[in-house]
Amino acid sequence: MQEIRFHGRGGQGAVIASKILAKALFFEDRYAQAFPTFGAERRGAPVAAFVRADDSFINIRSRVITPDFVVVMAARLIESVPVTGGLKSDGIILINSDLPATEFNFAGDDQPQTKPPFQVITINLNRIALEFGLGTEMMPLINAPVLGALAKVSGLVKPESLVRALPDFIPARLEDNEKALYAAYEKAGN
Amino acid sequence: MEKPAILLGSEAVAHGVKLCRPQVISAYPITPQTHIIETLSEMVDSGELKSQYIKVESEMSAIAAVLGSVSAGSRSFTASSSQGLAMMHEILHWYAGARLPLVLVNANRALGGPWNIWSDQSDSFSQRDTGWLQIYCETSQEALDTIIMAYKASEQLMLPIMVMIDGFILSHTMERLMIPTPKMVDDFLPPYKAPYQLDPENPLTFGAGAHPDLFYELKKAYSETMTEALTLIDQCQAEFAQKFNRHYDVIMHCQEGDKDSDTAVICCGAMTGTARVASEMLNENGTSVDLFKLRLLRPFPKTALITALKNKKRVIVLNRACSYGVGGTLSQEIRTALYDLPEHPIVNDVMISLGGKEVFPETIVKIVNDREQLSATEPNWL
Repeated sequence: MQEIRFHGRGGQGAVIASKILAKALFFEDRYAQAFPTFGAERRGAPVAAFVRADDSFINIRSRVITPDFVVVMAARLIESVPVTGGLKSDGIILINSDLPATEFNFAGDDQPQTKPPFQVITINLNRIALEFGLGTEMMPLINAPVLGALAKVSGLVKPESLVRALPDFIPARLEDNEKALYAAYEKAGN
Repeated sequence: MEKPAILLGSEAVAHGVKLCRPQVISAYPITPQTHIIETLSEMVDSGELKSQYIKVESEMSAIAAVLGSVSAGSRSFTASSSQGLAMMHEILHWYAGARLPLVLVNANRALGGPWNIWSDQSDSFSQRDTGWLQIYCETSQEALDTIIMAYKASEQLMLPIMVMIDGFILSHTMERLMIPTPKMVDDFLPPYKAPYQLDPENPLTFGAGAHPDLFYELKKAYSETMTEALTLIDQCQAEFAQKFNRHYDVIMHCQEGDKDSDTAVICCGAMTGTARVASEMLNENGTSVDLFKLRLLRPFPKTALITALKNKKRVIVLNRACSYGVGGTLSQEIRTALYDLPEHPIVNDVMISLGGKEVFPETIVKIVNDREQLSATEPNWL
C-alpha cells in the first residue's frame, strides 16, 4: 500500500487534488481511498488530505501517519505544520516553492547537520499555474500541476490517468489544467 | 453487469437510493449528510431520477413530509444527522406506530453541546426505542447494498428502517465500489404497493386514536413483528447474496482467530475496517482475537449474538455512543443478550471514541493487549 498526504491551505485545492488522484488510480484498476481532515474548510487555514492506493480493498480508516509521499502545496506551511511527521525514510516530500531543495532542512533541532533520510524535491507550481492562466498571483490554482509533479516523482500513477480524471473535478479551463499538469510532469525532479 | 465506481460514501448512498426509484424525497441539509440530498437533487434535476423532490424548512418537516407521501402510497426517502435526527424524534415514534415503510439514512454525528460535527453514533442510538429497525454499515458498498435490501424488508414488514453511515469517516471518504444495474435492482425490489393508502375514492381513517386496551394490543403486535422481522431480514440478505453475490448477515464474523482464541472484539459501523487491520496486527504478534461487527441493532439479533460469542471468555465492545451514567450503549445491548448464557463471558465496555476522536489500529491493539487491566464492570475510558 502507498500512502500520500497533501498539505495545503483551505481553498488551494488539496482536497480536490486527493480526489483526482484517487480517481486516476481507480482508472488504473487500483483500489484507492481519499479523504480530507474533516471540518477545517476555512479559506486559508491549514488542511490535509489523504490518499491510499493498494491492489485490494483498503480497510483502515484512520488518517495517514506514515506516508510514502508528502505534498506541500504552500511552502510556508512548513513553519507551522509538522509536514514531515512520520514520512518514511525512503519517502519523498514534494514542496511547491521557487527555492532549491537544499534550502529546506528538515534535520532535527538536536542534530542540525544531519541530513534527513527522505528525499526533498521542490518545484515552482505557482509559476506553472500562472503560465497557463490558472488562478491569480494571490491564489494560483495548482491542483492539476501538483498532481503532474507528484506523478513524476512518485511513479504512482500515469499523467494520462490524471488527465482522464480531471473533468469530474475541474469545471472550467480543462485544457489549461491538462497542459499545466503535463508541464509540471516534465519539469518535476529535474 | 455491475459497474465499478469510485465515490464518496454520501454519493454511494445517493446511487443506492436512485436505484430504488423513490417517488418522493424530502430534503433538509445538515453536515455531514448534505452531500446525500445534494447528489439526489442533481439526479432529479438532470432527469436521471424521476422523483418529487420536496425542500422543507426543518428536519421535523422532512420526516413529516414522507409520513404523508408514504401514507399516500409512494416509496419515499429522507436523510439526516445528529441534531436533525433528534428533531425528528417525535415523528419517528409516530411513523413506526403508523406501520408505514421508509428508508432513512442517518450520517452518524455527535449531538451538541459542545458543538461538534464529527462522527459519533449517539444520534441514532438515542433513537433505539422509537420502533425503527436500525442497520449500521462498514463501507460505501455496504451502505448502497443495505439501502436496496432495506427498501425490500421495510415494505414487506410495513416497518421503517434507519440505515447508518458514520459521518465523515464514510460519508466523506472516496472509495471503490460496484454499482448494480437498474435491472438487477428492479428484479430484486418490486414497486411499492401499499396495502392501505390515502385515497379520496376510498376514504380511510389515518392517525386515529386507540384506547388503552387496543393501544396495548397494537404495541404487543408491533413488538412481535419486530422479532419476526429477524427471519425476514435473513431471507432478504440471503436473496440479495444470491442475486448480487455480496453476502451480509446481522452479525458478521470479520476476522477469525485461532481455534482456542477466547477473546472477541465487537463494534459496529466503519470502525470495523480499522478493527480488521488491528486484528491482523494482533494475530501476527501472537494475540489471537475474533472480530465481529453488529449490523442490525434493532430488532436486536440476540440468538445470532449468543451463537457468535458463546465460547468466548472475554468480549471487548468498542463503543461510539454513550449512555451517560451507565457506559457504552452497544455494551449494554451485548451484556443484556449474553445474560441468557449459563456462563457469561466478561464484557469489557470500552468507550473508544465520541465526537470524532480518531481510532487508529494501534488504539485497538493497545486495548486488546492491555485487556487484563480493563474493568469488567465499569466503562473503560481511554
